[in-house]
Amino acid sequence: MDVLALSRIQFALTAGIHYLYPPLSIGLGVMLVVMEGLWLKTHLPIYHQMARFWTKVFALTFSIGVATGIVLEFEFGTNWATYSRYVGDVFGSALAAEGIFAFFLESGFLAVLLFGWNRVSRPVHFFATCMVCLGAHFSAIWIVVANSWMQTPAGFHIVGEGMKARAEITDFWAMVFNPSSMDRLFHTLCGAWQAGAFLVVSVSAWYLLRGKHDQFARGSLRLGLLFGLIASLLQLVSGHSSAQGVARHQPVKLAAFEGLYETASNAPLALFGWVDEKHERLVGPRIPGLLSFLAHNDASQPVVGLREAAIDPKDRPPVNLAFQLFHLMVAVGFGMILVSALGLLYFRRGSFFERRWVLWLLVLSVLGPQIGNQAGWFAAEVGRQPWIVQGLLRTSEGLSAVVKADTVLTAIILFSAIYLLLFSVFVYLLNDKIHHGPDETDLVPSGKLALPERRKP
Amino acid sequence: MTFGSLDLNSTWFIVIGALFTGYAMLDGFDLGVGALHLFTKTDEERRIMINAIGPVWDGNEVWLVTGGGALFAAFPNVYATVFSGFYLAFVLLLVALIFRAVAIEFRSKQPMPWWRRMWDIGFSAGSIVSSLLIGVAMGNIAWGIPLDERGEFAGTFRSLLGPYPLLLGVTTVALFMMHGAIYALIKTEGALHDKLRGWINNCIIFFITCYAVTTMATLLYVPHMAARVRANPWLFSIALLNMLAIANIPREIHHGRDWRAFLSSGVAMIALMGLFGLEMYPNLVLSNPTPANSLDIHNAASSQKTLAVMLTIALIGVPVVLAYTVSIYWIFRGKVKLDKMSY
Repeated sequence: MDVLALSRIQFALTAGIHYLYPPLSIGLGVMLVVMEGLWLKTHLPIYHQMARFWTKVFALTFSIGVATGIVLEFEFGTNWATYSRYVGDVFGSALAAEGIFAFFLESGFLAVLLFGWNRVSRPVHFFATCMVCLGAHFSAIWIVVANSWMQTPAGFHIVGEGMKARAEITDFWAMVFNPSSMDRLFHTLCGAWQAGAFLVVSVSAWYLLRGKHDQFARGSLRLGLLFGLIASLLQLVSGHSSAQGVARHQPVKLAAFEGLYETASNAPLALFGWVDEKHERLVGPRIPGLLSFLAHNDASQPVVGLREAAIDPKDRPPVNLAFQLFHLMVAVGFGMILVSALGLLYFRRGSFFERRWVLWLLVLSVLGPQIGNQAGWFAAEVGRQPWIVQGLLRTSEGLSAVVKADTVLTAIILFSAIYLLLFSVFVYLLNDKIHHGPDETDLVPSGKLALPERRKP
Repeated sequence: MTFGSLDLNSTWFIVIGALFTGYAMLDGFDLGVGALHLFTKTDEERRIMINAIGPVWDGNEVWLVTGGGALFAAFPNVYATVFSGFYLAFVLLLVALIFRAVAIEFRSKQPMPWWRRMWDIGFSAGSIVSSLLIGVAMGNIAWGIPLDERGEFAGTFRSLLGPYPLLLGVTTVALFMMHGAIYALIKTEGALHDKLRGWINNCIIFFITCYAVTTMATLLYVPHMAARVRANPWLFSIALLNMLAIANIPREIHHGRDWRAFLSSGVAMIALMGLFGLEMYPNLVLSNPTPANSLDIHNAASSQKTLAVMLTIALIGVPVVLAYTVSIYWIFRGKVKLDKMSY
């Protein structure tokens, strides 16, 4: 294989594995703020126990997220040096802002969140929890802004020619609020909230199935399901808005997502199917007019097809792959709404124990957001191909000039080995924490936590 | 000497220097604690060593991430050339840093001796390899690396492992070990504290030996790294400050003033990085053998607009970061006590 293919594999591998963890941290971060906030408000020790247990799970996902994330920051330079030179002026500032605003905030206050229970007062600890959660959200903001700029570049001009050409910022805020960044940020965050919420749901449902930690599991499950349902419904809104943005700004991507070759008014929406790229046609059931309606709020509006948007097949992404990933993501999105609504319904009725299949469904629900997030992220990136920066720089032009294929292969092997190790240790320890369960002593706060709340005079 | 009027490019040269100095001073001690880790024998001692850095190592590593991000943003050509040129070295550094982070996190999660021993070795090896590679990278930057006319690295991985860079690598390990030993001294009490006090002399001797050899080698073989001080004798005061700070360390240790020893070690690092920066300026990567291809603060920089925007970001962000970093160190002041939340 050549350097291009290997470098793309390396990036997909490292980014894909990294992306298993930060969404969990972001989602769990919100859950922690809610749990600890409820504890401060109600003084019920069950919320303290929940906050303590989920903090441990959070710490696990966070540390692996950091470890796998450093790789990505260095990878732009190691594998994509030409790209780095080209976009450094734009992309670099977002990355530096991420370091200053997000990473310091997260890692600094994480110390207080994890080790500060007996060292600081309750409100200070709660403040630290909020800051960790905020930091996790900030990191999503800057990286999604940078990536969105690659999808829909704005606020820049090109300076220099040929190998010396590069993008320079002309308007910082236009760069930050480029046409796709807010839609994609909201979409990413909803996915992250779902990931955190359904992890809580899954573990709690497992405890209920086993008949363990009943009070803890019910409390966590209720919060997880509520948050999961809210996030899943918001995801629907955000997904729709995001897709309309793609229709406006990246017609090639939308056409690939839907396997649409011929520009058509009343364009149909495919439910599922298979794109025959050779004969440029789509096989599968379609609902006429729905794509036009969803994209433009008007069924009679035309949706641009691939033959018009990208005349040369070289300018098209791998259509079937983009189609399948996109449809997988959408299917999972609807699935999560169903699952959380169903779970909440039976939870209200209190008839979980007669319907063990519902609990089993909830245990498995943790996979949903992970599959959806991965499929969605891959769809977004595959759909942009062959461009690394939409319309400006091709992926094949972004490579490091001096790096050889066997070097990249060595790196892939090293990273695969260490990521495999990381992943197995993660699963092992998560499993261990779940088996160990919440600490019963946490129901009786001790040390500084046991001090009476200061009352107003 | 002419530093000229301080333009944006020079300001960013200083900011990035400051970020990497901050990294060396902070992550330096936790890498050093890692390098010393295997010298402790009992499980409790090892847990105390890890928990001495437990709440802060993660934040310390962020200095490297932010330094890398700032380099990308301010001098993208340097970022691209160095990271693609030092490809395997950086991959190894990443693997070492990851392994180390994971080892800290997972070591004490299971009681089995084989499990703990495995992660102990991982933690220590990861720390030593990371320190060594950071030093080797600095050594190559100082010595100069072959660059072609497009500013691309024209050497190989093997060519990066010259004697001078390796020497700087070992010196960095020694420096971090000494720095880490002093930090561990501050954070421990009782038998382990007394044991560390015994080791610290060896650490100091190891470092001062490396330091002397490096200084001689630099003066003899890398004369361009002493040219500015030679031309401007008053700058020798920085070198003098550096030497006095180092000499002050054993003195403070002898009097049992561990905090002041730690501060001395920090000052020594600042002076060393200051000298390094002064000699490099305005170059960021020296091209050796064709100096004309060197990357400097002008030909490698982002646009003035970006440098200005980022300076605004830094001016807003950095004071906040410093304020809460100090508060967090304050919250976790005092000797390490193991409890159920400890590593």
